[in-house]
Amino acid sequence: MSKPKGWKDLPSGGMIKEAGNAAQYNTGAWRSDRPIWIKENCIQCMFCWIFCPDSSVTVKDGERGEFDYMHCKGCGVCAMECPAKEKAIVMMTEAEGARPDALEKAKAIAKKMAEEKAKAKK
Amino acid sequence: MPKKVAMTGNVAVASAMRQINPDVCAAYPITPSTEIMQQFSTFVANGQVDTNLVTVESEHSAMSACIGAAAAGGRVMNATSANGLALMWEMLYIASGNRLPIVLSCVNRALSAPINIHCDHSDSMGARDSGWVQIYAENAQEAYDNTVQAPRIGEHPEVRLPVMSCMDGFIISHSIENLELLDDAQVKDFVGPYKGTSYPLLDIGNPVTYGALHLQDFYIESKKQLHEAMKKAKDVVLEVGKAYGKLSGRSYGFFEDYKLADAEVAVVVLNSAAGTAKVIVDELRAKGIKAGLLKPRLFRPFPYLEVADALKGASAICVMDRADSFGAAGGPLFNEFRSALYDLPVRPMMINKIYGLGGRDVGLDDIRKVYMELVDLAQSGKASPLCEYITVRE
Repeated sequence: MSKPKGWKDLPSGGMIKEAGNAAQYNTGAWRSDRPIWIKENCIQCMFCWIFCPDSSVTVKDGERGEFDYMHCKGCGVCAMECPAKEKAIVMMTEAEGARPDALEKAKAIAKKMAEEKAKAKK
Repeated sequence: MPKKVAMTGNVAVASAMRQINPDVCAAYPITPSTEIMQQFSTFVANGQVDTNLVTVESEHSAMSACIGAAAAGGRVMNATSANGLALMWEMLYIASGNRLPIVLSCVNRALSAPINIHCDHSDSMGARDSGWVQIYAENAQEAYDNTVQAPRIGEHPEVRLPVMSCMDGFIISHSIENLELLDDAQVKDFVGPYKGTSYPLLDIGNPVTYGALHLQDFYIESKKQLHEAMKKAKDVVLEVGKAYGKLSGRSYGFFEDYKLADAEVAVVVLNSAAGTAKVIVDELRAKGIKAGLLKPRLFRPFPYLEVADALKGASAICVMDRADSFGAAGGPLFNEFRSALYDLPVRPMMINKIYGLGGRDVGLDDIRKVYMELVDLAQSGKASPLCEYITVRE
């Protein structure tokens, strides 16, 4: 990152001249829980895209893409709302979610959650 | 041709506002400033101005409405006193922090408790650190003149700061005095079209953000900008005061010096009490005592180099404060002047008198006593108590 501007070069009164500048700000660093997306479980319903209170669910050509981790704050609303039989979004701690085996673990969690739900129904 | 009229200080300020014709005014009443907006609302109702007058539910809301309107790109004015100013407190900092050149007429009144509606300067003195330019007036003429100059000072592209124009509650606000008003067209021309912001929020083609979060990484840069703008305001106040002099025949600077050039004893006093002090200066001069007076006009930014230069010849000086800074080494004006004179090669003796709180009258006798104490001080070289209350019952 380039050196931030000094007082002579900044707009006066703390004004921000560019619109939509929140995109440049890494608010994902605030996250303590991380959502993991399991592509094979995803039914492309776009609930997560609608419910995300930020804009951290990316969509390209009508298909859901990976999370925008630079802005996701880990609120977990997407995981809660995901209607797939085996959840396509699982919340893990930031530390666990950053490990290489995170996706495999997430899949196991989703599977277990589906089984428990089925058991509870019986 | 200038018109000679008889008006209260409040009506004089309201008349200046009519001639300025601001885009937005917010109004919430508080004695003794109420009459300004009351009179102005008549101008609005009569269609003499195009102003959008917003009647709000508190002074906090009044200043908030002013801030919104100024950020939107309007020329904005307002009036208040005492506890009304106190309730605006956090918004005062937001107005200056966002660099919005709002003009506020502060009709000086004592702060509660005990509740009191009369004049002292505790309200505006408390706001001295809020990033507002502060200008003080001795009489209705000066209050009018300062109000006409205020927008040009605050809106200057290198300043862009809110301006507080102060006068004494009741003593000036409610007394009828003769004064000269400029023609409407002269004021319109003098104030000019509004250029207080380059980025109005109503310019929807160029959206900007006001009031964003600035943490450790940007806040201090913002304050440094304000610090520099305040310094720049000094030059602009002089420039505008000179231009106003050309127009009206009444020039304005940082302060008025009255028989000060060769004075051995001098008093520094703000606003209406300066008028009383001039009478005593004349009386003492007739007796051969070299008395002088400095009446500050610009308090923020404080012209510390210029006041030091003006007072350097005096051997004893009394700064009179119509406000106390409880527990400090004297009132707010005293601290400022004493600090300004510290760098003089020969420092004069200085004392402080706190007077007239809550509208307690300060008469000729009171001020004569102050000068005579200074004469003793200059002759004996013996220090008096640093800070004392006068006009108080023992």
